[in-house]
Amino acid sequence: MIIRRVVGKLGSLTLTLVLASALIFFSRFMVPGDPVSFLLRGRQPSPEAIAAVTEQFGLNLPPWEQYLRWIGGMFQGDFGRSLQFRDEVSTVIGDRLPVTLGLVALAAVMILVTGIVAGTIAALNRGRLPDRLILTVLTALGAIPPFVGAIILIAVFAVQLNWFPAFGSGDGFFDTIHHLILPSVAMAISFIVLIGKITRMSMVEQLGREHVQVATSRGLKPLTVVRRHVFRNALGPIFTVSGLLIAGLLVSTAIVESAFGIAGVGSLLVQSVNRLDFPVVQAIVLLVVAAFVIVNAIVDLLQPLIDPRAAAGEAGR
Amino acid sequence: MSRPTPTMALKVMRSTGHRRVTVSWTISIVVLGLFTLAAIFAPLVAPYNPDQLDFGAIYANPNLAHWLGTDSLGRDTLSRIIYGARTALLAPLIVVIASTILGILLGLLAGWRGGWIDAAIGRLLDVLLSFPALLIAILAVALFGKGLVAPVIAMSIAYAPFVARLTRSLVISERARPYVSAYRVQGFSGGWIALRRVLPNVVPTVGAQSTLNFGYVLAELAGLSFLGLGVQAPTADWGAMINESQAGLVGGHFLPALIPAIAVVIVVVAVNVIGEEISERIGGGTPA
Repeated sequence: MIIRRVVGKLGSLTLTLVLASALIFFSRFMVPGDPVSFLLRGRQPSPEAIAAVTEQFGLNLPPWEQYLRWIGGMFQGDFGRSLQFRDEVSTVIGDRLPVTLGLVALAAVMILVTGIVAGTIAALNRGRLPDRLILTVLTALGAIPPFVGAIILIAVFAVQLNWFPAFGSGDGFFDTIHHLILPSVAMAISFIVLIGKITRMSMVEQLGREHVQVATSRGLKPLTVVRRHVFRNALGPIFTVSGLLIAGLLVSTAIVESAFGIAGVGSLLVQSVNRLDFPVVQAIVLLVVAAFVIVNAIVDLLQPLIDPRAAAGEAGR
Repeated sequence: MSRPTPTMALKVMRSTGHRRVTVSWTISIVVLGLFTLAAIFAPLVAPYNPDQLDFGAIYANPNLAHWLGTDSLGRDTLSRIIYGARTALLAPLIVVIASTILGILLGLLAGWRGGWIDAAIGRLLDVLLSFPALLIAILAVALFGKGLVAPVIAMSIAYAPFVARLTRSLVISERARPYVSAYRVQGFSGGWIALRRVLPNVVPTVGAQSTLNFGYVLAELAGLSFLGLGVQAPTADWGAMINESQAGLVGGHFLPALIPAIAVVIVVVAVNVIGEEISERIGGGTPA
């Protein structure tokens, strides 16, 4: 039963990844003109450079064979060569990955903590002033895109108050955290509303259920009821949007890293678009999409562990 | 429990704040109306040419001559905000309309025909939904060059799956209703029923939902211009203005960057309030 489910999900995951990667790869073929001049735009290519690019991308081969070479290389950690750095794409991305992952992790923690706390307080005070206040504030924060957040945070906390640096990613653990706080807040702001509202919605639903009312009428303290009977059941829906959250955060790094001058994968994506380095662009787009699809698949597979009712529901079908 | 789709996330994000219509609704309509009028009549309303340099008034604070001050080149911020409203409003409008049409066509085809067509379109939508909209837009710029044309087309495709999913679910529930079989019995063709009878029934709900995408698209396109990949300097555009003025922040010149940023937030909030209200009134019991 479980094995069948896992195999089915893995099949669907693989199919989505294959189709998405094909879309990314073959998007290049929509550009009119010959591929060599597309790939070497803005450069004065020597005959050797043309030969090297032709060889690297297998431009003499039929398109599907080019795709198989590209995707086969990916599996061996070979993402091709960057055109701007004279280095392997995998090295270029690998060097910048840690700071980006740190940024995403920090932002995710901020979003989860504030979102869950705010959503819980709102649910427990449903319909009353704190609830309405929290919803209004979260909705307003949700309308602040990352680049606006970045500008405001730099103006207030970096320049005016001078509490945090406005630029770069720092050295050493604490200095790095210090540098990454403002950028991760800028990323987090607009996502808190998602987690906050989902928490509130599922908590409200749980609070209205019989076992919770029974627990309350038995005289258990409200906090105990929430901790033991409400919270765990309310976690499922939060868990299920984590793929969406992580993909959203990964894309926001493009904006936030550029605003704060952090050398991460997001700013690398923007820089590579500017410097016409298509191999790097292609690799980063694929990585972000793969992260989204894989996280979603993991969430799907783990859902029954968190919420046994999901497993029962699947079995009943 | 089915896996929550981005459509559900949008539903969740907009699921409260209704029933307090009058004040916020009125303010939002007024705000959006003002920005729209400013955009349309920019040459008449703007006090200065948005590109006019004035090296005698660099980083001027707000004063009677320049109500919102000037930027690093002495250009009048108010005039640039007014002209910038054109791309800020027009580009998302095009994306919302194009994605709605595309999504309705796909959703209608999938929901009405069912079978392998439904399965194939469903798979296509799944694949498209695994690309965040901004990422597709960036990829489009990498392929076709900077500017708004490629991103607007790319975002129209990126937002279509949300519309298509909703349309499909509505069409499926419409298809089961008695009036459809009544037409069938009378010998009307499936295509005719779908286009002439089912489509008009789903369009209002879907259209209302689509208005909710406007704010997201606006913010994402402004973000793209902020990255220097969308509207190019020196054209007056809110995202591009922030991009150009970011360097001045460290020197304490906040306004040239903050004012366009605030303009983005104000319009996004106004559009969201209006969109929520519209979909609340029309969409009512939207199936998830």
